[in-house]
Amino acid sequence: MTADRAALPKAFAPFEAYQRDAESTYTLLPFNFAQLDHRYLLSNDAGDYCLLQRDELEALVTGRLPMSAPAYEGLRAGHFLYDETSDAALDLLAVKIRTKHAAVRNFTALHLFVVTLRCDYSCPYCQVSRQTEDRQAFDMSEETALQGLDFVFRSPSPSIKIEFQGGEPLLNFSLIRFIVEKAEERNRTEQRDLRFVIATNLTFLNDEVLDFCEAHDIDFSTSLDGPRQLHDRNRPRPGKDGHHWTREGIRRIRDRLGPDRVAALMTTTEASLGQPQDIIDEYLEAGLRAVFLRPLSPYGFAIKTRQAEKYDFDRFFSFYREAMEYILEVNHDGVAFREQYSTLVLTKLLSPFPIGYVDLQSPAGIGISAIVFNYDGGVYASDEGRMLAEMGDDTFRLGDLHKDTYEEVMLNPTLHQALEQSLTYGAPECHECAFQPYCGSDPVYHHATQGDWVGHKAYSAFCERTKAITSYLIRKLEDNPRDAAVLRQWVHP
Amino acid sequence: MIQLRSRRCTFIEWPDVAEPRVLAVTTNPRCPLPVAQERLLIVDSPADLDVGRPRSFPAVAFRYMPSGPVNLPGVVLDPDLHYLGEGDVVRVNPAKTEVAVLFRRRARYNGLLVTERCNSFCLMCSQPPRQIDDGYLVNDILRTIELMPRETPAFGITGGEPTLAGEGFFSIVRHARNYLPDTELHVLTNGRRFADAELAQRLAAQKHPGLRLGIPLYSDQPDRHDFVVQARGAYDETLKGLLNLGAHGVRIELRVVVHRHTFERLPKLAEFIARNLPFVEHVALMGLELTGFAKVNLDDLWIDPYHYQQQLADAVSILRKACVPVFVFNHQLCVVPESVRPFCVASISDWKNDYLPECSGCSARTECGGFFSTGVSLAKHSDFIRPLLPAPDAVAG
Repeated sequence: MTADRAALPKAFAPFEAYQRDAESTYTLLPFNFAQLDHRYLLSNDAGDYCLLQRDELEALVTGRLPMSAPAYEGLRAGHFLYDETSDAALDLLAVKIRTKHAAVRNFTALHLFVVTLRCDYSCPYCQVSRQTEDRQAFDMSEETALQGLDFVFRSPSPSIKIEFQGGEPLLNFSLIRFIVEKAEERNRTEQRDLRFVIATNLTFLNDEVLDFCEAHDIDFSTSLDGPRQLHDRNRPRPGKDGHHWTREGIRRIRDRLGPDRVAALMTTTEASLGQPQDIIDEYLEAGLRAVFLRPLSPYGFAIKTRQAEKYDFDRFFSFYREAMEYILEVNHDGVAFREQYSTLVLTKLLSPFPIGYVDLQSPAGIGISAIVFNYDGGVYASDEGRMLAEMGDDTFRLGDLHKDTYEEVMLNPTLHQALEQSLTYGAPECHECAFQPYCGSDPVYHHATQGDWVGHKAYSAFCERTKAITSYLIRKLEDNPRDAAVLRQWVHP
Repeated sequence: MIQLRSRRCTFIEWPDVAEPRVLAVTTNPRCPLPVAQERLLIVDSPADLDVGRPRSFPAVAFRYMPSGPVNLPGVVLDPDLHYLGEGDVVRVNPAKTEVAVLFRRRARYNGLLVTERCNSFCLMCSQPPRQIDDGYLVNDILRTIELMPRETPAFGITGGEPTLAGEGFFSIVRHARNYLPDTELHVLTNGRRFADAELAQRLAAQKHPGLRLGIPLYSDQPDRHDFVVQARGAYDETLKGLLNLGAHGVRIELRVVVHRHTFERLPKLAEFIARNLPFVEHVALMGLELTGFAKVNLDDLWIDPYHYQQQLADAVSILRKACVPVFVFNHQLCVVPESVRPFCVASISDWKNDYLPECSGCSARTECGGFFSTGVSLAKHSDFIRPLLPAPDAVAG
């Protein structure tokens, strides 16, 4: 490009005078690589990535890649190597890595209050809910809630999110009211960025709830598994009208509070696998503009009923791919619609900023990003840890709000061991994996499936999921400009 | 084009060894004595000298040629400077029969030159550096800051490389913070000196609320940036400077001049910025100002903006998606792709912009910056300048 058109006057030196000295060489910066297809994926700890041919990779690592190679400038700008022209890459990498881990500094932001275990649904993939009228046995008390709030405000995090869980939390709405009002009262002096969300099936949504949520800016999160038949099969409720109430609830929240105040999640079951398009269409019809394609987790009844083993990862992945292709078509046809898990991975691929998603963090988010207060005062490192406890495995029970201090809970040795082993930088296989910056670690998952916190990655569906989905997304970004334009749109730093 | 200095001014009745003086202009002959002592009174006719207290002023400027003695130091203004008015600041230099305008109250923007010295030698520099001792400029600026109206929305300091003024640079920032706390201060610097973290820390410690540094980055590639600024190691220093300034929360505008040596990697540079420098306040993508070195090196630097439309559109789109605000300066609207037009700013200073005959009848003329009237910008321009037609519904309206 700089071939001299008109030679510069003598006062100016040509481009070549500023290039690396021909005699000098380059220094590699730390990166991992993995075979993607005919190409290799290279990634560094900051999440910068690039694709190389095998001969280019071999030349690079053996110090033979010439300055004139087409890949050289990209590798230098991407901080895979540096040379005598500048070592600013070291400073830039340090800042980027620090930025990626910024969430750790803030400490626990998400606090889940299980306000009741009672529920009107009897979903086979859920472990924790109870069909009972007995309020005494399975509702959280005001005293427990207040102790939970003491705990919440011990967190140094500048932003605090309180999520109401169940069971069906709206069955104990009076306690939600109590907690919101008490939390806001305390926040007048605490001055945190305080948000609330209710995770509910919306059956018991009424004007009282809507009025209160409008007055206190409370968001909703619900489950919508697909069209009526699928939803009601996955999520049985007496009367078989769960789908009706969920859709009706979504509509009422949108009408009353605005379209962005309710988000929906879906859980993939055996029955979902064959109908990706119908599920997306259901979301579109409900006016939702995003879906979270969530594989069935191995907890609770999901393990007991052997639901989790009914389909292996490959079947989920082809379901994911079909759904994604359809979602991309929808976008090409002019309707903006996102898949949330892909958005998280894309954000890790394309933006220097951290994501606040507990399951894709290293160290893991258990306890230090999110923490759970059970109805009875039990403190758990994650919602999945609470489900395991319901099945008799207390590993992730960190303490009791009634008996233990904040320090005793947060210094729980089990939590610390699990966190230490959750650093992917040092975990077997993870430390040399090119997908590491786009992944995280989930000690609860690996404990549940393999009996230890790290797990053998060759048998880990968690590992397989990150690799497959990240590879899929990278190929889209690199090989399909039309789809890439849509996917880039999903990332909002 | 408005003249900012003239040596065609006639100085009358000045002492032989008069030093240059920085004075604020006033048209009010009744100005009270203590204030008048630092003002230059402008008069239009002999009758004006009969009102008020003209003798309270250190000097008087005439918009006409007095016929007889005036009995006080006077300067007859070159007609090119007749626009001077209340609140403007000038330097009068009898030794050089020169009046230089340092600040114009009615200008949208004023830039003050701190030094002509520079540690870079950019291929397209519009203000070619000179290795001279111009330390006096700092004192002029300090004085100008004291005389500028408090309600001035913004002004800039430029060079050369302002940080080469050393202590002088910091005193300007401090002076601006003290005298003009509500005025934005834009510093055009190559940022290289801030590779020294202590200097960055010191600048941040001035706590000027409206301070913003405009720092150029021409490529994601060290050798290419160094070539453009003709200084080995400049990329390295500028990037380390950016990080040091960013770490201390100093506001930064990244400036990219687009020419034949930079247009090709523009999208790559945008990606690099989004990835590594997302803390900058915004990015300015700028067309060449064909004056100074840009004029000398025109054959080497020139590329018709029409031929880098794709790169410009891609760069804007990448920065937009990364939520890094981006603006496009010095580009005529008719030669940028439609997707880029909303990001174009008609930024060319009012004293140096102009239009071509082709521009008459263009519906976008008021939103378009037009051309620099400096250098050869009017002679050498894109081959694709054309009037933009009004949108059909606009015609109907």
